[in-house]
Amino acid sequence: MYEQVEGSRAVALAVARCRPKVIAAYPITPQTHIVEALGAMVKAGELAGCEFLTVESEFASMSASLGACAVGARAYTATASQGLLYMAEVLYNVSGLGLPVVLTVANRAIGAPINIWNDQSDSMSQRDCGWVQLYADDNQAAVDLHVVAFRLAESLSLPVMVCVDGFVLTHAIEPIEVPGQEQVDAFLPPFTPRQVLDPDHPVTIGAMVGPEAFTEVRAISHRTLLRAADVFDELTERYAQLTGHRLSAVSPYRAEHARTVLLTIGSVTGTAHELADELAAEGRDVGVVSLTLFRPFPVAALRDALHGAAEVIVLERAFAPGAGGVITPDVRAALTGLPITVRTVIAGLGGRPVTKDSLRTVLDDAAAGRLEDLRFLDLHEDVVDAALAAGGLS
Amino acid sequence: MTQTAKFYQVGSRAVGNRLLPLDQRTEQANPERRNALTSGHRACQGCGEALAARYVLDAAAHAVGGRLVTVNATGCLEVFSTPYPESAWQLPWLHSVFANAASVASGVAAGLRTTGRGDIRVLAQGGDGGTVDIGFACLSGMFERNDDVLYVCYDNQAYMNTGVQRSGATPGGARTATTEAVGAEPGNLFGIGKDAARIAIAHDIPYVATATVAELHDLEAKVRKAMSIRGARYLHVLVPCPLGWGSATSETVRLARLAQRSGLFPVIEAEGGVVTSALPIRGRVPVEEYLRPQRRYAHLFRGEGRPDLVARVQRLADQNIVRYGLLDEES
Repeated sequence: MYEQVEGSRAVALAVARCRPKVIAAYPITPQTHIVEALGAMVKAGELAGCEFLTVESEFASMSASLGACAVGARAYTATASQGLLYMAEVLYNVSGLGLPVVLTVANRAIGAPINIWNDQSDSMSQRDCGWVQLYADDNQAAVDLHVVAFRLAESLSLPVMVCVDGFVLTHAIEPIEVPGQEQVDAFLPPFTPRQVLDPDHPVTIGAMVGPEAFTEVRAISHRTLLRAADVFDELTERYAQLTGHRLSAVSPYRAEHARTVLLTIGSVTGTAHELADELAAEGRDVGVVSLTLFRPFPVAALRDALHGAAEVIVLERAFAPGAGGVITPDVRAALTGLPITVRTVIAGLGGRPVTKDSLRTVLDDAAAGRLEDLRFLDLHEDVVDAALAAGGLS
Repeated sequence: MTQTAKFYQVGSRAVGNRLLPLDQRTEQANPERRNALTSGHRACQGCGEALAARYVLDAAAHAVGGRLVTVNATGCLEVFSTPYPESAWQLPWLHSVFANAASVASGVAAGLRTTGRGDIRVLAQGGDGGTVDIGFACLSGMFERNDDVLYVCYDNQAYMNTGVQRSGATPGGARTATTEAVGAEPGNLFGIGKDAARIAIAHDIPYVATATVAELHDLEAKVRKAMSIRGARYLHVLVPCPLGWGSATSETVRLARLAQRSGLFPVIEAEGGVVTSALPIRGRVPVEEYLRPQRRYAHLFRGEGRPDLVARVQRLADQNIVRYGLLDEES
């Protein structure tokens, strides 16, 4: 049943139906509504047998989730921005220990300058922390991805990060269908941990590993993480059968015959779809391919979706200072050997709206051969030039 | 017929187990003890922490019928006990990172309760760096929420695992690799110090205690008491480190005893924010007797020495004696 509901509340409902046992909460905008809703549900007795820990930092929230998971309790927490960086050390540790914690990142910029608005610098900065990373195009996907995330995490004993654009999605109210409890129960069995702290069967978890085995440990992690791509496909197929809600690692839209394709990730996908519709009405073929699965990187699916294009414009919501796009190098690698030009557009940093008009300009410039390899969307060049000149750097 | 032994017959509360009735002997005298940290680990000779960890965990495991899991901060204890693929731990043991042992333990306790195994108890442990410095926020949070965890700090007063650098628990006047006693420098600064036990007491948690590795009966009794209580508990154990202190490996237990008998390390208990007991000093010694055998204080006694600094250390000991009434019963 579809209901008008805020994205955060819908995510909280979906998480609740996954029957978590321990939820660790620390407030940071724009993630707060999610844990507030879950806290209220725990207090109201709607989440039987679940404890809500109000901890003193994100470092503690991820640490408590790790501890809960290590004794076989389904654990969940949420964060954003600086909070994600503050838990970074533990993120690596959770994946290294193979603990299936599920985390929501309500994507937000990283300071300085401090900025509470949306981009994806936070989760992209943790690209290599060994977690599965899923990005929601819209709030329906955000809901569905959380249910899949728990199953995926526990199937492979890997942590999963569900990235939901802050404010744009978390605070948007729209019709969403949260799967019913029976559907979720059918999809997500109780958590059976791979390894657990148990006095009857004592194990040592978190030993020190030296040069003789560390590379092997990393290789095992890599191969396990790669497996997540196939398992994600299997699970989303089964999820679609149960709920009618379809998810895909890579989603092409009007892309089959398009020479130019916008590659998107997150909530900007909807804008790109609308623009593609408008351009189609004008007789211009522009495709959109959106990424839901970013780690592991869906090389085969992406190559398949983009193989017919001549130009791919990667719309990035984060960037790597001194280099350029974060996703672009992965896209280039995936398209190795294909005659496709790949360009990067850095868009929507720190909450700047990504409008259809601006994207249209990019596409016009691309068609006219004027699009650079790296462009900042809607950049006020005069401001940048003046500041650099004032600093003697022009 | 059982003999009654006086606890102070060897000049301290230490007493040979053979002189005690069975039920008063230490857990360490029990051939059935857990042996939580088994032999073969890679601690240095004379390591006070290795000794204390086994004492504490054996006593804790016994107190809760073996229903115990442990969480360990990064540090010597973690490194010397678990070089993959070996492990010296005879009970379930989890290590995450340096700063988060208290938070991990909070999560473990919550996870055990919510999976129907609330009978299993949680003990977190770390060194002084992992406790009073980098892990302090997590520890304070665990206290403030009154999470059902016993946190044990093995205090050897510096970062020994990384090569003896100063920590927030390093005492004034002590030389470390980052507080060299060069020229007129006194070694570590004489600040107001970070007294973790008093800060723990200020959280009004159910139980706080200090102990040394020298007083086995006292240490075990405190662990038993801690495990009889639910909620946040803190135990701070002084563990001499021959490497970092520059002391003979055979001197570990004696130095811990001298720390207590000089008044420099008060051995106390507190419940709900109120100090309820203090181990009286029997056979008080001047701090010099404790300082001299340690090379980290050698600069205080070289040449003409630094009687001014020794006097400052003595004043700290005297303050402790007044604060806790350590000489009230007997001297």
